[in-house]
Amino acid sequence: MIEVEDVHTYRGLNYVLQGVDLTIPDQQCTVLLGRNGMGKTTLVETVMGLLRPRTGNVRLDGREVAGRPSYEVARHGVALVPQGRHIFRSLSVEENLTLGARPPLEGHTGTTWTLDMVYELFPNLGDRRKNGGGQLSGGEQQMLAIGRALMTNPRLLLMDEPSEGLAPVIVDRVGDIVAQLRGEGLGVFLVEQNYALAVRSADTVNILASGTVVWRGTPAELDAAPDVRETHLGV
Amino acid sequence: MTEFIVQTLNGLTLAGIIFLVSSGFTLVFGVMRVTNLAHGAVYLLGGYVAYSVIGGKSGNFFYGLIAGTAAMAVLGLLIERLLLPWLKHVEMAELLATLGLVYVIDDLSLAIWGGNPLNFNLPGVLGESSVLPFRHIVYPNERFFILGVAVVVGVGLWLMLRYTRIGAIIRAGVDDRNMVMALGINVRLVFTGVFVLGAALAGFAGVLGVPVLGLYTGGDTNILLFALAVVVVGGLGSYEGAVIGSLIIGLIDTYGTAYFPAVAYTVLFIPLVVILLVRPQGILGRKAMA
Repeated sequence: MIEVEDVHTYRGLNYVLQGVDLTIPDQQCTVLLGRNGMGKTTLVETVMGLLRPRTGNVRLDGREVAGRPSYEVARHGVALVPQGRHIFRSLSVEENLTLGARPPLEGHTGTTWTLDMVYELFPNLGDRRKNGGGQLSGGEQQMLAIGRALMTNPRLLLMDEPSEGLAPVIVDRVGDIVAQLRGEGLGVFLVEQNYALAVRSADTVNILASGTVVWRGTPAELDAAPDVRETHLGV
Repeated sequence: MTEFIVQTLNGLTLAGIIFLVSSGFTLVFGVMRVTNLAHGAVYLLGGYVAYSVIGGKSGNFFYGLIAGTAAMAVLGLLIERLLLPWLKHVEMAELLATLGLVYVIDDLSLAIWGGNPLNFNLPGVLGESSVLPFRHIVYPNERFFILGVAVVVGVGLWLMLRYTRIGAIIRAGVDDRNMVMALGINVRLVFTGVFVLGAALAGFAGVLGVPVLGLYTGGDTNILLFALAVVVVGGLGSYEGAVIGSLIIGLIDTYGTAYFPAVAYTVLFIPLVVILLVRPQGILGRKAMA
């Protein structure tokens, strides 16, 4: 479980996160919605240890990780599917997958991911295992980014706008994968602008606006609150 | 024609030395985003250390080669662990501090080894010359040796980068070091390793380069200029780019000095201008670097 408590993060001189409180429980899908520029990616990077919060706490199973390097966060069972996918272009598909491969932590339940299992989930990647990471289509790159994160055998998966720039049919596929992973007991933190995908996947929805969480509830509650959607999401 | 063949061989030898220097320079930039302007000074100091260890005509060149390389690896470790953390990844601070280090190393070298150009040669048969089977060209063995060593080191490094896990981490780090960290890999250790490797390569080249280029204060500025030219031409951060860039710069500088001595320095900048106009990211460089 990740607990974010009164986190304030700057990006250069920009005061982006202005007191965020958020809980990401294990084995559930927690969604973060919000318009562009509200600080969604900044929050993900703060949780992952890629940005250091000015003040506030980020606790991973009760252990303070704010300001710790991201490789430590990763080794405690958190994996990142970043916005824009960030595939290693100089590496083959298979090297992308094996680079961070790690056995699961003690007490891990659910699937233990191996190369073969990732190729089973994403047959396209198996067919292109020798290809360079830069030669894939957008959808394939997204699958590779997910597979690369799974190879670290995490307990929590942070996904930053996985639907961005993908065809609707691929977005559906991403939704199926999120549902499948959550069903296998993986905790998912899904950051999205795609309202349909987010609501379909979520156990809990958080809305981020101007650097703070302004609304929290279930997808059903959000569906029943048109004013919230109108004000903060424009849908 | 004979003259041209000799100049080509000279150019290739120079390219070999330039490659050993610029490959480390480009890898350090690629992985760490640090432009180490002291890289040439490390090259020079490697040569001076070797000169002292060899200690005259009777000394063993290979002890000097080992000592120069090892000493510069240690210096690299000190710079990476003691100087760089202090600068907190501020680009201008890194440029100025490493440039300052150049003056410190230059002046210390001047105080210790004096201002007269020094030299040493390779021992035994390596110090002699061979007659090539065609056109009866006489050419020094040491240059073939230097070229051969550069090729062996270059191929070895390429195999390391291409086929080992540490090589994959380095390549991935050049692409996107934050993502490497987010996968649970301690990039700090990789940074240190690459920086030490780069400094060791510079020291190694500094020793090997002495029989060809001599050993004198100011030689570091020349070699740094070559390294900068190589990364502009080949693409900053690209290992294969360093190979191509070194060949282009080594050959052009040699031909320029031989055939157009009055404008030799200008000739060196022609490929730079052309590349910057046609393909500003360099032959194998990427447009946007994360």
